[in-house]
Amino acid sequence: MNLIIEGFAWIFDPAHWTTSSTSQGISEAFVQHIILTGISLLLTVLIAVPLGFYIGHSGRGRQVAIISSNVARAVPSLGLLTVLILAIPIIPGIPNNYLAYIIVFVLLGIPPMLAGAYAGLESVDRETTDAARAVGMTEWQVLTKVEIPLGASLIVGGLRSTTLQIVATVTIGSFLGQVSLGTFIVDGLEQGDFVKMIGGAILVAALALVLDGILALVQRFVVPRRVSRGSIDTGNTAHGMRLRASTPGTPITEGN
Amino acid sequence: MIEFKSVSKLYPDGTRAVDDFSVVIPSRKTTVFVGSSGCGKTTLLRMINRMVDPTDGVIEIDGDDIAKTEPVHLRRGIGYVMQNSGLLPHRRVIDNVATVLFLNKVPKPQAYARANELLDTVGLDRSLAKRYPGELSGGQQQRVGVARGLAANPNILLMDEPFGAVDPIVRVDLQAETMRLQRELDKTIVFVTHDIDEAFLLGDQVLILEKGAKIAQQGTPEEILANPASDFVANFIGADRGKRRLTVDSKVKPRGDDLVLIDAGGYAAGVISAPDGKLATGTASPKSRSISNKTSQAGDA
Ligand SMILES: Nc1ncnc2c1ncn2[C@@H]1O[C@H](COP(=O)(O)OP(=O)(O)OP(=O)(O)O)[C@@H](O)[C@H]1O
Ligand SMILES: [Mg+2]
Repeated sequence: MNLIIEGFAWIFDPAHWTTSSTSQGISEAFVQHIILTGISLLLTVLIAVPLGFYIGHSGRGRQVAIISSNVARAVPSLGLLTVLILAIPIIPGIPNNYLAYIIVFVLLGIPPMLAGAYAGLESVDRETTDAARAVGMTEWQVLTKVEIPLGASLIVGGLRSTTLQIVATVTIGSFLGQVSLGTFIVDGLEQGDFVKMIGGAILVAALALVLDGILALVQRFVVPRRVSRGSIDTGNTAHGMRLRASTPGTPITEGN
Repeated sequence: MIEFKSVSKLYPDGTRAVDDFSVVIPSRKTTVFVGSSGCGKTTLLRMINRMVDPTDGVIEIDGDDIAKTEPVHLRRGIGYVMQNSGLLPHRRVIDNVATVLFLNKVPKPQAYARANELLDTVGLDRSLAKRYPGELSGGQQQRVGVARGLAANPNILLMDEPFGAVDPIVRVDLQAETMRLQRELDKTIVFVTHDIDEAFLLGDQVLILEKGAKIAQQGTPEEILANPASDFVANFIGADRGKRRLTVDSKVKPRGDDLVLIDAGGYAAGVISAPDGKLATGTASPKSRSISNKTSQAGDA
């Protein structure tokens, strides 16, 4: 317990925020961590979301989604990172092997995003998409007006997992020298400075919690009203059952 | 007019759902496909709006081969009411009804105005407009489904067992509404059901189908009732079981002018007015649903 309090004390000591010749400052590490996470997350989303939507919408290539997530779960992040850092040459103009790090972060970030995007669409009742098509929606309209809104909860859920995955992998990157909040954990370990290690761990956890909290809010916001979170199945309307036990007769106030 | 010309549908898994089916569906009438589960009714219906494409044969609407029409365009011009309403759960009732109008780029105010009118048309209170489908009863959902089907003012309305899932009382209500809509709006309705009574009630033309959408008999309800073409048909309409052959129950002492009627099984089926012990005749002429052919078959009415 004491160690944790000391860890917080270490974080709040202004001396630790600036980089000196002997030690890494928190500010710079924090910025590095955010930049790496941001870039990797952006690339991950750009790759995994369209792919996941394609698989979920068409039902083709389901195997790809399943296999990729299993493989990624089995691959040791640090091992993959090491191999790629060694394999990818330093490119002039790009700071210290950024490219290799980002490739690894993206590779490890893709599976949860892919799974979320694909599972989100998959969760939409077939009858609903069929009806949308039958009233004359194009495939694109079925995707954007029906499948994505109804699958939004699971899709953002995938984004949350991916964000945590990347924040965590960026931390591990420090074992190979990349500056991030993980640097304090690595340095602390080397120097036998447990307070520093705890401080670094708290910072990583705090970043992860804040990002996840923001996305949790987004998730709440994107879920269409009257469609219960998580389960988007419209349930069995065959017998006129209600989607969920909402109170009929209660006026719904909604602006346009 | 919708015409099926030797249409077959073989699903990829080898199911021959429709086998060499030909029929003319006249405009501004109600044609009912009736048959037991799996006989191919839904497949027939969905071929009209190209939700299913035939593997063989041609379907024409007013003489034009629909295979040459772009499916999305075709569907926006044909109303489709599904068994489970098929409403979009994340959109309010009013937006569900207006969906097709939005797709057809009708400006919002006009679309909403029209959608509100449609709620009146199908007998739904406008106060329900802002509810979500999940907050409606099954019968209300079906009405919304009908309103949505009518939104683009299509000439053709396809209805696939639209009232199969609502209770009998609501069903009678909805059936009456459907007949009223047909009278008032003059649509070509293609209606699918497995309920022969519903078929006879709604249909100007009824097609009794066997497996593979083979036509067992085609005609007006009166024609089919008077002359079942086969044992299958007789069985299907319940004629052989005497369900529709009613006799006066001699054992029950009438009170007032009514005589009790029983079916062949001996079960009470209704009453008939018989002032002074004589059966009433001639006051009510049989309901004519189709404009052509009305030589009366009063006996079974
Ligand atoms: N997409 C499909 N793939 C393979 N077979 C199908 C498909 N859709 C329907 N079938 C088969 O085709 C046959 C006719 O099906 P269809 O849905 O047209 O019957 P139906 O008369 O509407 O039945 P119900 O009254 O139960 O709705 C059935 O044997 C069914 O299993
Ligand atoms: Mg069917």
